[in-house]
Amino acid sequence: MNEKNRVVIPIGPQHPSLKEPASFLITLEGEKVVNAVVGVGYNHRGLEKACESRTYIQDLYIIERVCGICSHTHSTAFCQGIEELAGLKIPKRAAYIRVIVAELERLHSHLLWLGVAGHEIGFDTLFMYSWRDRERVLDMLAAMCGNRVNYGINTIGGVRRDFDAAMLRDVLKMADVLQEQLKYYLDLASTEATLIARLSGVGKLSKEDVLRFGSVGPVARAADVGDDTRVKEPYAAYGEIPVKVITDTHADVFGRTLVRIKEMIESLEIIRFCVKNLPDGDIAVKAPRKIPAGEMISRTEAPRGEDIHFIRSDGSDIPERIRVRAPTEVNWHGMRYMLEGQYLADVPITIAAIDPCYSCTDRAIVIRSDDQTDVTDWQGLRQYSIDWYQKRGVNVPSVKMPESKKYF
Amino acid sequence: MLSALFKILIFPGFLFLSVYGLCLESLDRKIYARLQNRIGPPWYQPLADVLKLLGKGTIIPADANPGMFNFLPIVSLAAVASAFIYVPVWGNTASHSFDGDLVIVLYLLTIPTIAAFLAGWYSRSVYATLGSIRTLTQMFAYEVPMFMALLSPALIAGTWSVTGMAAFYSKHPLYILFNIPALFVALVSAQGKLERAPFDAPEAETEIVSGAFVEYSGKLLAIFKMSMDCELVLIASLISAIFLPFTTGIAVVDLLLYFVKTIVVLLFLSLMRSAMARLRMDQLLNFFWKQLSLIAIAQIILNLIIRSRLAL
Repeated sequence: MNEKNRVVIPIGPQHPSLKEPASFLITLEGEKVVNAVVGVGYNHRGLEKACESRTYIQDLYIIERVCGICSHTHSTAFCQGIEELAGLKIPKRAAYIRVIVAELERLHSHLLWLGVAGHEIGFDTLFMYSWRDRERVLDMLAAMCGNRVNYGINTIGGVRRDFDAAMLRDVLKMADVLQEQLKYYLDLASTEATLIARLSGVGKLSKEDVLRFGSVGPVARAADVGDDTRVKEPYAAYGEIPVKVITDTHADVFGRTLVRIKEMIESLEIIRFCVKNLPDGDIAVKAPRKIPAGEMISRTEAPRGEDIHFIRSDGSDIPERIRVRAPTEVNWHGMRYMLEGQYLADVPITIAAIDPCYSCTDRAIVIRSDDQTDVTDWQGLRQYSIDWYQKRGVNVPSVKMPESKKYF
Repeated sequence: MLSALFKILIFPGFLFLSVYGLCLESLDRKIYARLQNRIGPPWYQPLADVLKLLGKGTIIPADANPGMFNFLPIVSLAAVASAFIYVPVWGNTASHSFDGDLVIVLYLLTIPTIAAFLAGWYSRSVYATLGSIRTLTQMFAYEVPMFMALLSPALIAGTWSVTGMAAFYSKHPLYILFNIPALFVALVSAQGKLERAPFDAPEAETEIVSGAFVEYSGKLLAIFKMSMDCELVLIASLISAIFLPFTTGIAVVDLLLYFVKTIVVLLFLSLMRSAMARLRMDQLLNFFWKQLSLIAIAQIILNLIIRSRLAL
């Protein structure tokens, strides 16, 4: 095959397999991927900057909205950092409640992933089934926290809502129902021939490569790298709860599927333990409005991997700097490596297998040199993007833009 | 003359084919939804879809060849409608038949696929081109086992006419038992022919958006959709005429039996669609060439032996 037989397929920024905008330029030779260019950064929202002009309590609401799926883990990391800076010790009951919500969140995130993965490989029945079961978890979260995704349960110094006995009974009931379903999915994933054919050997990332690219979460655990913040650096009540780190040796999408399903079963165990051993007492301590000056890095285990928050306080009630490193940010590095040499059909599932969270990850980075700053206007930016694509062989049709419209 | 026109245009011709196609699609979507624990769309959804598409504007890409772009959906629908004339609907007799019409039906069945390929090719879109290449590759995969599976019952029947085969097997219903492997091969290849999961790689939504038809919209897309629905009816009728030729001789009962038979075929196809993940092109080719074709060849050899033993 020579250069002429190659064809460039743009997957994204708008594509049915992507749930958020990102661009993957896939160069194909026949059905084989010979080159992949990963382009992220379409969804910059300026959350970190917004946090720097609001108080800590107001920031809590922004941080909760970093991610639509793993909102709790972000707010936990943020609250933990501030509590550490302020020298607060949250009540035990609050720590347990944080764990219960975190594990419910992991359940619904992994069930969502299972559905998306099923859809990417054209197995819509799995998609419908797992999203039906995800509804049970979401209903539970809505009953306990008042919201389906942005639970708003965390506050600086503890949690905002207490769970009563009836709620906890319902959680256990839901856990039993879900346990059966998860066993069925595990059975399905390890026996259904077409599923195994589509998943095994796809998106290989060996242990060495995981360590080289610094991948986290199920991607790393599927390659037998037993990194789990819940065990390595226990936070909230994880120090008192037995957590089994799920690892797998397949190092491919199949392994990641097994890891996620087994992690869900493990999550149910954690929830059962928490409900049984939920201590009595207060659910929050009073937090000061002004946080003492200092810097803090706080880590939590999001469903997608390790989530790191950096907080710098200057002693006022407004943070000086906040940095959110969502787990997807490090998982992107291995993506090109995973995509190349595969079939086109495997591209969507390989992208989906890291459970990417595009908007949580996208940041604007300004590279300054010699104090020079470039200012580009709208037309210039548009021309730049057209040239960028044309250089890579994608013909952007000459779309006429209204000249007079003011965008800003 | 008038009765021939009635047969071709209204019943059991084009009008019946279109209406029944929409009914089967509706049923298919309902079964598929129920298997996925969903409610599914209301029964008139396929009709509503077609009517809405007919009322929409059609966009023809600037790079596309407008002549071919407009022409191909009609070719596709016409080929399916023509093939349906030779397939028995109620009882054992088709509207028209002659010895060898099975070959004509199989030939006309490939035209919608070729039309889809050309439609994708003339769209000049990268997704459509890739989808059309996949469509053509898949055609080479399923055609061999499908043709062998549909022709092997003809060996026992000793005729190349669908009507003749249906008549023969309804006279000797027990001989159908010999053709069970061929029935299985035919059903699985039919799924490949109709490009439904697990063989829907040519229109894989998550990879190449919707394959060959990605640039189609409005009326032209509606015609393509209709031709796909009609293809489903045609294949279900063909399989039930060849492999399930149970008739009573009473016209109304036979018509009801025809509905039952086609719905049973559809049920199998829907079940397969909901129970499996989409196969990759290479896996699909391996499956059709290395497994299904072997079963089909074995069936042909078996039928030749049976034919010489029974001295038919």
